[in-house]
Amino acid sequence: MKYILLMNGTKAGVDTYRAWSEKDIHTHFAFLKSLNQDLRESGELVANEPLGGPEQARVVRAGKNGAPVTDGVFPEAKEFLLGYWIVDVESPERAYEIAARLSVGPGPGGVPTNMPIEVRQIMSRKSDDL
Amino acid sequence: MTEQPSDIRFEHLLRELAPQVLGAIIRRFHDFAAAEDAVQEALLAATLQWPREGQPHNPRGWLIHVASRRMMDYLRSEEARQRREAEAAFPSGCQAPEAGIENETDQEDTLTLFFMCCHPSLTPSSAIALTLRAVGGLTTAEIAHAFLIPEATMAQRISRAKASIKASGMPFRLPTSQEQAERLRAVLHVLYLIFNEGYTSSTGPHLQRLELSREAIRLTRSVQALLPEDVEVAGLLALMLLTDARRAARTGPGGELIPLTKQDRTLWDRAEITEGIALITAALAKGSIGAYQLQAAIAAVHDEAARAEDIDWPQILALYELLKRMSGNPMVALNHAIAAAMVHGPSKGLELLRALDSDARLAGHHRLDAVRAHLLEMAGDYQAAIKHYRIAASRTTSTPERNYLITQAARLSESAPSSNRGVDQAL
Repeated sequence: MKYILLMNGTKAGVDTYRAWSEKDIHTHFAFLKSLNQDLRESGELVANEPLGGPEQARVVRAGKNGAPVTDGVFPEAKEFLLGYWIVDVESPERAYEIAARLSVGPGPGGVPTNMPIEVRQIMSRKSDDL
Repeated sequence: MTEQPSDIRFEHLLRELAPQVLGAIIRRFHDFAAAEDAVQEALLAATLQWPREGQPHNPRGWLIHVASRRMMDYLRSEEARQRREAEAAFPSGCQAPEAGIENETDQEDTLTLFFMCCHPSLTPSSAIALTLRAVGGLTTAEIAHAFLIPEATMAQRISRAKASIKASGMPFRLPTSQEQAERLRAVLHVLYLIFNEGYTSSTGPHLQRLELSREAIRLTRSVQALLPEDVEVAGLLALMLLTDARRAARTGPGGELIPLTKQDRTLWDRAEITEGIALITAALAKGSIGAYQLQAAIAAVHDEAARAEDIDWPQILALYELLKRMSGNPMVALNHAIAAAMVHGPSKGLELLRALDSDARLAGHHRLDAVRAHLLEMAGDYQAAIKHYRIAASRTTSTPERNYLITQAARLSESAPSSNRGVDQAL
């Protein structure tokens, strides 16, 4: 069963992260690299992508004639998707375990960030007979 | 001659030969993981070479020869210790084996590979992947594509599965007669999972997916050929055929699910139904009844009815009663409740469902709500039916099922106040 693990954060949170020390950033990168490596080796990693920063985020609606109308620069408090992992695992518990590992990723001084990770199951296309 | 493009003809032959060739290489070199890679390389070489140069006189011998060469290359590139082992195992160098045809060893090897790849110590997803590759002769890319995951991820899953077989020190031989029944159950379960994985909506973006259901049928057919006396193997093959027969009718033009009783029965595959019924009839006559046989018998009763009104529900109910006693699976209990409702009316079915409310295995499961919604609709309690269709829709993890359930709720809420249709919409 496939799950998507969503890492959300605010603009303020991203700004704080950008002000981390070099050592803390390296520690965090090393952590992510080793997590992805483990998920690759366990045959569970389907996809992982970081997303562009909140400054680049735009909300688009169709205006007249269907032309795109963009809206951007959002309030500090708004939550943004920062990145996601898609994993193919044997059980929901395993997805939660991976999410928890993401959540304890090291922040400043190596203290876990404890970021909330939203876990959502990806719908399958198979179906039982009705 | 045949009108099939030659590469498709070769592909069928290659995949039939794959487990035999693998068995021969494992016997010679005693290294399952490396042998499996070598055989894949030989299969690839054949798909490149045969269409150009024609099929060799002895295809099996050709593949064993090429795979053996690959094995030798692999072993030569290893440490000296391993090189010595190779020479002990294959002292005469690399020679083409005798032009033997299929023999008892081949058959035993294929069966041994099934037992190995479906070993209960492997996770289901690993066992599925390994079976498709080592016994089915599929490439890692094909398997990855079928499961919608990256090839690298699937490759890793397969190599981990092989490593865990290696670590277990499992010998390449058939399980003992004491173990055989349990190990065969594991094999059949893996084949059943492969079948179900492929039993998807036949339209939409995944039309190009490898036909996993067809592959499961092919593999189950080969187990049945190897164990013709086993009634549960026959039961599983019959169940697959009788279910697959309805494939063309089970989805509408937009990919929407069509429930069994609403399907256009003229679209059902008569050849599969005939074969499935013959298999299950012969199996049941042998006297030892198992869960796959009962499920196949139920599918046969459905498939035998010319119209939905002709379905022999009392017989289906009796079969579900037997199956319920045998399996203890709550999904069986749900289907039993539907059959009871069809025979004794919806209130009987709803009463049976109330007994399942406390079953922890069904707690929060969409099927319980979906069945309750159907039975409430049959009983004419449309508001409650709508509520349960919507709860079921919020709980299912299948897109076609979710679409079906919200459509049912929408249909009822549009028509319920003035409608008195009930029974014919129930399933």
